[in-house]
Parts: sequence; structure tokens; C-alpha cells
Amino acid sequence: MAIKLLIGTETEYGITAKKTDGFDPVSSSLFVINHLRPFSSLRILWDYENEDPLVDARGFIVEGEKERPSQEENFSLNKPLENGGRLYVDGAHPEYSTPECTNPRDIVIYEKAGEMTMQICMDNANRIRKKEDKLYLYKNNTDGKGNSYGYHENYLMLRDTSFERIVQSMTPFLVTRQIYAGSGKVGTDNKADPADYQISQRADFFETLIDLNTMAKRPIINTRDEPHADPKQFRRFHIIVGDANMSEFATYLKVGATALALHMVDNGHFITGLELANPLQAIKAVSRDLTLKKTVRLVNGKDYTPVEIQKAYLEEAYNYFNKLERDPVVYEIMSHWGDTLDKLEKDPCELNTKIDWLIKHELLTTYARKKGENWDNPRLAMMDLQYHDIRPDKGLYYTLMRDGYVTPFVSEGMIFLAKDNPPRDTRAFFRGMCIKRFPKEVYATSWSSVLFDIGNSTIKRVPLQNPLRGTEALVGNFFRESETAEDLLRDLSA
Amino acid sequence: MSSQERERKRTKEKTEKTEEAKPAVVEKGKKIKEDIDDLLDKIDDVLEENAEEFVKNYVQKGGE
Repeated sequence: MAIKLLIGTETEYGITAKKTDGFDPVSSSLFVINHLRPFSSLRILWDYENEDPLVDARGFIVEGEKERPSQEENFSLNKPLENGGRLYVDGAHPEYSTPECTNPRDIVIYEKAGEMTMQICMDNANRIRKKEDKLYLYKNNTDGKGNSYGYHENYLMLRDTSFERIVQSMTPFLVTRQIYAGSGKVGTDNKADPADYQISQRADFFETLIDLNTMAKRPIINTRDEPHADPKQFRRFHIIVGDANMSEFATYLKVGATALALHMVDNGHFITGLELANPLQAIKAVSRDLTLKKTVRLVNGKDYTPVEIQKAYLEEAYNYFNKLERDPVVYEIMSHWGDTLDKLEKDPCELNTKIDWLIKHELLTTYARKKGENWDNPRLAMMDLQYHDIRPDKGLYYTLMRDGYVTPFVSEGMIFLAKDNPPRDTRAFFRGMCIKRFPKEVYATSWSSVLFDIGNSTIKRVPLQNPLRGTEALVGNFFRESETAEDLLRDLSA
Repeated sequence: MSSQERERKRTKEKTEKTEEAKPAVVEKGKKIKEDIDDLLDKIDDVLEENAEEFVKNYVQKGGE
């Protein structure tokens, strides 16, 4: 495509057991990911050498300890994947990062592939556990008791783009995109104002506008600036404000629209005139208005609905991208974005097979009406949680999909393929192919390196500093022509 | 005008096409209702037993 985007997402899964007495989330998460088969018999380290999560986008380095697990811990915590992604344990949750992708459709496919990998690990793990110890995983973001776990998006941007401009241009966008990207939630969290049902899982948890923190006093704009690439050339925009979506379409539109907005900012097309008077209050107010008709106040005194704010961004996108060479990926995003906003404005119910918060709301209200139940009935909270259950037979999202109440957006075949094969158009291709072809010789990997141990005394590091290199077009031949890892390293250095 | 006469008058005003469509519409409405009943039964089947207990015990460590 003509427009270069570089995107990846990270998903932390909620974890519990049938019987919670004695349940330990850390050891259970490790138990799950170490049941990756047949691949977990192979041991590949995660290379922490280039990791620097304490660099702040505002231009300073925060004090703190870097993560440096021992070798055995490292093996146990990390499963670099054949698809170029990473399966790991972060704190008390199993987590999956997609490989680097260049478009939102690939993000959907690789995110769902990760969900499938996670589900297979869970099934393998549960085969050898007693009934009451069986583990359950949820792709959601809250336990409904004030604890949240994240879904993070990462977009590569140019170092030259001013962070202040990103904040100014993106805050109103990030506050309002929940109208199509929210996953829906029964009740409230974190001592926020009461609500029976709200649009976003995460809105209640945001307490500040800008900060490096992700675990407490969460900011709408996160400043982690760890590009996993040449920092002189690139910066990373790390978005923590979003919900994890079950819906393929919602994931696509969330990431697609965000990528277009950021691409404009990255090319000097700043979006002004939409700054919110109170973003922290607005994010919670928008989440509580299921009619989408209530307005939020802008700094300039005007009152806009969240749909109007999103439409203003879409209009900017049409103006900007119409002047460039026509890119079908971009036009597909704008077309779905426009169609979705029109429906959200006229009749949001029309999207009740495509957008998570509307699918879930339809399910819960139909059920409550039929059974004569109220919002405070625990069965509705159970359905909310079980909507995110990743088991195909028990998860309500998958139950609804089988009966035609959820519209798929990508094909199942593509998801299967993406489970064990890297995308071709980023450095994830090189990383994934090395693991696939030479699993015994790959000593360690990271986002920006692959390290080989081919039996002699030194470890050879292949740097992957540019995320847009290492592609099939650039290195595919090396994999076709190299029979051994030694051949590959020799050909690469030739 | 009796309700029967009203009904006859309304029927006369309708085109042949809608006359034909009518049973299908009724059929479709019935089908959707049955589908939803089926779906809700299915959900009762897959929903974790003892929802109250399960939801109460679902406590996570904050992550990220």
C-alpha cells in the first residue's frame, strides 16, 4: 500500500479457575502459556537487551528498575511465536502481542490468531487439571470490582512529530471512539458515577490526561516512548485507553480509524478546534450515554455529540487522503468508518451484530425482558463476563456468532493461517521464519533482534532495527535457499 | 362500522401483493421469536452454574 502504517496490539487476558480457593493467577498464567504444543518443548529466550519501557515521550527517563528475569524465568515467561508475535506472562495475566502489521485487517487476523493460540494452550492445560481446577480465560478489561487489565495499541510514528501535537490532535478522538470501539459493561468501577450499562469497559479507570503510568492513575494519553526501532527516526504512540474487542469489525474500525488519524498528524496535518473542555469527565459521560445524543463541551464553548466529533475527524481524513494517491486500504477504512457513524447517528441498533457494546446490550436486554430480570441480577453480570470467554463452545460471543447474531469480518482460514505464519510485509516475517525454520538454533528474539546459537562459542545477533525491513520481498529468498541456520547467517552477511 | 366491515375495507384497499406477503411476514415474525427463544435457552445451557458465586469470585490483579 502507498500509506505506510506499522501497528501492533497487546492483549492481557483475565484468568480464573472454577474453584477459586487457593487459585494463584501468576502460576496459573505460567501454566497456561507453558502448554503451547508442540512448540513449548523448544526453549527460546526473550532478549531484553533493547527494552526500555521507562523512556517518556515528553523527553526524559523515569527512574525505576528494568525487567531482567533469570534465564530459567525467561524461558518460562516467554514464548516467541512462529507468527512473529509473542505469548508471555505479564504480572498476573497471560498476554499476547501481535506481530507488527501494516494494516488493520491484518491486526484483526493476528489478534484472533493469538486468541486461538491462547485457547489451545488453555485446553491443553485443562486436560490435566481436575474439574474444579479448570482454568478460564477472558478477553475483557475489568473484573467489575475496580481492577483493570489492559489492551494496548502501538503505532509507529516519526520522531520529528511533536508529542504535544499528537496529544492535542488525538485526545478528542480517543475519548469518543468508544462509540464504535467500546466492549460494553454492566455497572461501574473505580467509584465512578452509577450506570446500569455503559459503552466502555475502561472509561471508569482513567484519572489523568497524560502520564507514563499504565497500572494506577491511568492516563488517557500514555507517554511510553519505546519505539523498538531507531529512536532517532521513530517514536511509538502507545494507546492504553481502548477496550479489547471480541468483534472483528470493532477491532478493525478501532485500529483503522486511529491509524488514519495518526497518519495525518504524522504528516503535519494537525486536527484542531475539537479540544475538549474536560476530557476525563467526557470519557465517562460518553460511556454512559447509550443514546449517543448527549453533547460534550469543547474548549471553544461549542457542544458536540461524540458522533459529531468522530465525523469531524472522518471529514479531515477525506480531505487529507483525497489529495494523495488512492490507497484501497485507506478507502476501505473510511468507507466503514462513515457507514458506522451514519448508523450510530440514526439508529445504533442497526449495528447490533457488529459492534461489541451493541451486540452485548441487545443480548442482555432481550434476556432480561424475557426472564423479567433487572440490571442488578448476577445472571446479567455473568453474561457480561461470559461474552468475553474465549472458549468456542461456552463463550457467548461465539455462541451468538454460530446463530448468526454476530457478523464475522475476516475468514476463519486466514486466522488459522496467521496462527503459525508471520505477516509478509514487516520484520515479523524474518523473526517468525527464523523460529519456524531454525527453532533449535534461535537462541533469543525480541522486537528488534534475532539471536542465533549455532554451536560455536559466540551468539550471533541479527539486528532488526527497521520494522519495515526483513520482509518477504527482501529476505524471502534467503529462507528458500538456506538449508541451515549457518547458511542463513552466511548469506545475510555476504 | 363493525370491526368485520373495517377489516373488509382494509383488505379491499390492499394490493394483491401484500395479501400474499402477509402470511410470510407473520411466519417470519414467529421464526424470529422462536430463534430468540432458542438462543436464550442455549444461553441458559452454557451459562456457568451459580452465576452469583462465580461473578463474586472473579477478582483480578490489576495488570498492564
